[in-house]
Amino acid sequence: MRHLSAAVVLAFLVAACASARGGGGAARAATGSPAPAQTASRGADSSSVDRPQYPSTYQRHPNPPVLIRNATIMTATGQEIANGSILFKDGRIVAVGATVQAPADAVVVDGTGKWVTPGVIDTHSHLGVYAAPQTDAESDGNEATNPVTAEVWAEHSVWPQDPQIPLAIAGGVTTIEVLPGSANLIGGRSAILKLIPARTVQEMKFPGARYGLKMACGENPKRVYRSRGPSTRMGNMAGYRAAFIQAEQYRQRWDKWNKDHQGDAPQRDLRLESLAEVLRGNIFVQNHCYRADEMVQMLDLAHEFGFKIRSFHHAVEAYKIADILAREGTAVSIWADWWGFKEEAMDGIHENAALVQQAGGRPVIHSDDPGGIQRLNQEAAKAMYYGRRAGIQITRDQALRWFTANPAWVLGLDSIVGTLEPGKMADVVVWSGDPLSVYARALQVYNDGWLVYDRNDPAHQPKTDFSIGRQP
Amino acid sequence: MIAFLLAQTVAITGGTVYPVSGPKIENATVLIQGGRITAVGANVAVPAGATRIDAAGKWVTPGLIDGGGQMGLTEIGAVPGTNEAFQSTSEVAASFNVAEGINPASALIPVTRIEGVTTALTWPTGQLIAGQGVAIDLDGPTIEAMLVKSPAAVLATLSEQSKDEGGGSRAGAAARLRRVFNDALEYARRRTDYTRAQIQQLAAGAADLEALLPVLRGQVPLVVISNRRSDIETTLRIAKEYKLRLILAGAQEGWQIADQIAAAGVPVLVQPLDNIPTYDGLGVRYENAGLLAKAGVKVVLMETDTHNSRNLRQQAGNAVAYGMTWEQALRAVTLNPAEVFGMADRYGSLEIGKVANVVVWTGDPFEFSTGVEHVFIRGKEIPLRSRQTELFERYKTLPPRY
Repeated sequence: MRHLSAAVVLAFLVAACASARGGGGAARAATGSPAPAQTASRGADSSSVDRPQYPSTYQRHPNPPVLIRNATIMTATGQEIANGSILFKDGRIVAVGATVQAPADAVVVDGTGKWVTPGVIDTHSHLGVYAAPQTDAESDGNEATNPVTAEVWAEHSVWPQDPQIPLAIAGGVTTIEVLPGSANLIGGRSAILKLIPARTVQEMKFPGARYGLKMACGENPKRVYRSRGPSTRMGNMAGYRAAFIQAEQYRQRWDKWNKDHQGDAPQRDLRLESLAEVLRGNIFVQNHCYRADEMVQMLDLAHEFGFKIRSFHHAVEAYKIADILAREGTAVSIWADWWGFKEEAMDGIHENAALVQQAGGRPVIHSDDPGGIQRLNQEAAKAMYYGRRAGIQITRDQALRWFTANPAWVLGLDSIVGTLEPGKMADVVVWSGDPLSVYARALQVYNDGWLVYDRNDPAHQPKTDFSIGRQP
Repeated sequence: MIAFLLAQTVAITGGTVYPVSGPKIENATVLIQGGRITAVGANVAVPAGATRIDAAGKWVTPGLIDGGGQMGLTEIGAVPGTNEAFQSTSEVAASFNVAEGINPASALIPVTRIEGVTTALTWPTGQLIAGQGVAIDLDGPTIEAMLVKSPAAVLATLSEQSKDEGGGSRAGAAARLRRVFNDALEYARRRTDYTRAQIQQLAAGAADLEALLPVLRGQVPLVVISNRRSDIETTLRIAKEYKLRLILAGAQEGWQIADQIAAAGVPVLVQPLDNIPTYDGLGVRYENAGLLAKAGVKVVLMETDTHNSRNLRQQAGNAVAYGMTWEQALRAVTLNPAEVFGMADRYGSLEIGKVANVVVWTGDPFEFSTGVEHVFIRGKEIPLRSRQTELFERYKTLPPRY
């Protein structure tokens, strides 16, 4: 993550990081009960005793049915429907098409001249863990006390009153992955959140979403731990391997006990529990990694221990190994154009996303930034048009998928969110114009059918407690 | 060869020309001779032998000018050996001019100019008084060849970031700034006493006091970074006391007192996409640039992320989305910075006699769908190549041929 110093306004300061099967039991089925399902990490083959662990208390906000009509609807499934309509009810998309019948009690929104897309999803956010106003008091993103802290959970740092949250909502964002920072080789578990006003993080936790595990390559860990180690890239690799060797043994102990229940349950170890869940495929690895050669080292690490890396993050050199990434089925969560803030970011190019797409890979435009998260549509547009100008024919639908359907896949939620299809969760954004234009702004944002933001209605412009009485 | 290039005549024909100094002209010609613009209009005779650039269906504007950043002074953010903007020996570094820190071979320069930014203000990053920023064209083999204006302004800060130079208080920082100004004036009056050491110790070294004299005479502008409304008001107060040519920068809460800033005739450097609240600017919002412009303030837009100075046009587009008119935004990245930094006689618009920094776009320069077709800096066509385009060429088919 980079930090913009608000005061040194003539300089953009750069500080830290910039910084399988779909959810087993995960996520409610697309047309099933709205009740939250069990989290993936509590299955019978897990290495923890069966007790609730900070369960999601998310509840869908009651909302009348909504029909948006006469809009251009981009479904992220290959369709761009002119003069189209979309109906959603009870948090579910009911119908999308040229003509849609509305129930009598539906709120009808005139979408003339407007565009409609799925809610924006960010695979890489630090909202709530690096909250505004960005003093040390809100700096809760890096447990930089040990190179391996798989035991920490980002949700235990998330501050729901972060004033950056309403700003991101106003940018059309409906789901985020909050990651620990990149100081550590293994930074801890991510939190997958519905981006809604809430008193507690539990109320935001995406029901049934499986956890991610943040891992980080390269410069950051070796800089942070220079004096105690790791201080080199080979030290980084040795650190991951040592951790997963321990995790393999831990997993075996627990799997055996789960089968035969002989004697006392093994001692719980939160650190190894997270890693064992990675080995079982229940937690997705989300890997901060910039350089092409390092990403391939990490793929070999994953092969050594038999897990998958769901997405590389930042991956400014993904284009150099786009063929390998496509073959491995590993997505890349990248920026449109950030580069140069450190050596491992020197080779960033505008065509990164387009080249990964062209090779058959899965690009995601991510933010890692409280400003960038407010305009992921713009960043995707840049990446699309630069690709096209370089001769790579990226479609509008592909570019839309870079900040909707593809990030949904990275989080294992693609059967639930990320497209506008009947049965999907009603995460819907109404834009003032073409969302791939610099001039478009989100006018309305529906999260699970709930109107969480309306640019033209102060009654639907949530503020956090932080802003009360302080921000005009 | 150089003489040939200077003598080269280029006619950009048939485009929609946005001179900025006047209304747009359809199907117009921009004529470039000897590095200068020699004609602009719908009825321009193209001299025989001129290189013709067909701009039919294209938009032609002046090269964009980025009001912020450290172009040429930073190469790799996290590598101290490649950063030249910060001079740590003094908190009052008015004599520190960044020019000789500029690296004309910086990889950032081609990356930036091929996206239509042809000129940049490049600033020191420092403490109470950071030093002197300069304006450069983004082409040239030497520092001398790049310099447009040096100094463009002296840069100071009155915000949370300069509290420590005031002993931990904003009030202390303001008082210290006044002491420095007073001592500069004292120094000017009593140079002889100073050299004979017959004067009490002054608030800064002789070189720094000397460098402040043009500021105190109103010959060189003082840019002051202030964000909180009260800090902006303090800055305005001090500028009035010393009759400074003040330029505000940041000014995150400036929209709250836009009328007051307009009445003082003070221009403002704004980064439109700032909206993350800190205690230095809780009122920061996207509408700042638009509200200031609406009140009549001369606004200059910045992209302060030097590596992405090329995103100045995205900043401008967003300024439009949040309240500026399109014409105001174009002016805020061309003629306004030229005027504010005293180089409008040569820069900022497509007018006869001006330096030929010209960009041909496929459409609206602020839109993502728009690409750059031609860039001229001082009349010379810039090849649309950078380290990044070369990396793309190397890896566009895999495996690469090393």
